[in-house]
Amino acid sequence: MTEIDWDLVLGSLGPIVGGAIRGTIPLAVASFAAGMVFAVVVALMRLYGNRALTIVARLYVSVIRGTPLLVQLFVVFYGLPSLGLTIDPWPSAIIAFSLNVGGYAAEVVRAAILSVPKGQWEAAYMIGMSRRTSLHRVILPQASRVAVPPLSNTFISLVKDTSLASLILVTELFREAQQIAAFSQEFMMLYVEAAIVYWVVCLALSSGQSALERRLDQYVAH
Amino acid sequence: MSRTDPTDASSLLTVEGVSKRFGEIEVLRSVDLRVARGEVLAVIGASGSGKTTLLRCLNGLEVPDAGRVAIAGTAVDFSAQPAPRELRALRDRSAMVFQHYHLFPHRSVLENIVEGPVVVQRRPREHVHKEALALLERVGMANRAGAYPHELSGGQQQRVGILRALALRPELLLFDEPTSALDPELVGDVLTLMRDLAAEGWTMLVVTHELQFAREVAQQVAFVDQGRVLEHGTPAQVLRAPREERTRQFVHRLLHPL
Repeated sequence: MTEIDWDLVLGSLGPIVGGAIRGTIPLAVASFAAGMVFAVVVALMRLYGNRALTIVARLYVSVIRGTPLLVQLFVVFYGLPSLGLTIDPWPSAIIAFSLNVGGYAAEVVRAAILSVPKGQWEAAYMIGMSRRTSLHRVILPQASRVAVPPLSNTFISLVKDTSLASLILVTELFREAQQIAAFSQEFMMLYVEAAIVYWVVCLALSSGQSALERRLDQYVAH
Repeated sequence: MSRTDPTDASSLLTVEGVSKRFGEIEVLRSVDLRVARGEVLAVIGASGSGKTTLLRCLNGLEVPDAGRVAIAGTAVDFSAQPAPRELRALRDRSAMVFQHYHLFPHRSVLENIVEGPVVVQRRPREHVHKEALALLERVGMANRAGAYPHELSGGQQQRVGILRALALRPELLLFDEPTSALDPELVGDVLTLMRDLAAEGWTMLVVTHELQFAREVAQQVAFVDQGRVLEHGTPAQVLRAPREERTRQFVHRLLHPL
């Protein structure tokens, strides 16, 4: 067993954590935010759209879930330029990740909306609300409570999946670790260190999830 | 002119030839009803007789296949598919109290009551809040204004359900078995509130199994059977001296369940 090179550990921690703060976390947050917009739109298309919209929504979810994320990423970054559309690494990554999250989260949102009892729609209609207002004021707030645990899973997966962006030249946590590893030849140490930083980020997210659930639980019977 | 005269031209609610089918099943078969302003109509009948569907047809939660409904001058003819705007106009005339309350669980008691007046009717928030607090005061629940529905008993939830309906200032109050989901000891509070509302002059249509309430509070009783109004008259006529054998059987079963 080789000695741990503590100088290298401490010296590399700065760039790796920096990669998390400047790369991994903003990439995950931006992609998740955009992805949730897709998710809600696609879920509503599937639930309340006409036949054409429903088919488009189903096709989208099917393609996203049926193809690897890495392939989606490469199609956007390496594939589109041959059609004359060249996109920089960061926007490419956000496009691919948000479309991917949108496909998975759409199903979560759809199920959460369906989980709200029919009586809530009727009460909303009874007080004179339109369908749009009912959704906005009555249904979505209740659906969001149901959706928090599965969407937290989606977000935590996304944080880890952003490591794939290192393959399209985005400087993030894992790419920093790779570069230091290649330079120092300390592969085991650097990759374990990267893993630990991912783990710490995800632990923080899990505790954030618990706090959010407690806040949303104030109106739910225990 | 008698308040219970079924041909009263000044009726607040007029139902003519309303029919509704779900697939093969005819749930309502050409129902006619009239309720005068300030009058209480109790609708009784076995479960599955169509009485709840009838109530839901009056505020567009179900759309009848045929017939005409008019509430306080707003009439909708269902022989053609009505426009959403027409249904909304009809719905605005009434407010419903549900068997299972259907309060909004993510909003406090006060927020439940003011949601419609503020968000839909766009009345001034401050004014509506004051009204809502006065309503809560009147049912002895002013101290529960900030509570969430799950923190209330069933009887309290249903009283909030009634206040939510009142706050909309409807012409007509619709009650769908308002006490059927309550524990027996909680029924009294809700019925007392409903009796007070009737005494105040609210026009009410109450689907209920509470025959005592029907007898003491309603001016009219309609017995619905297999999608038709089989018998219709004063409580004394329908409950004490029914003409129809099926009415007699139904009333007898409710009064003597064993």
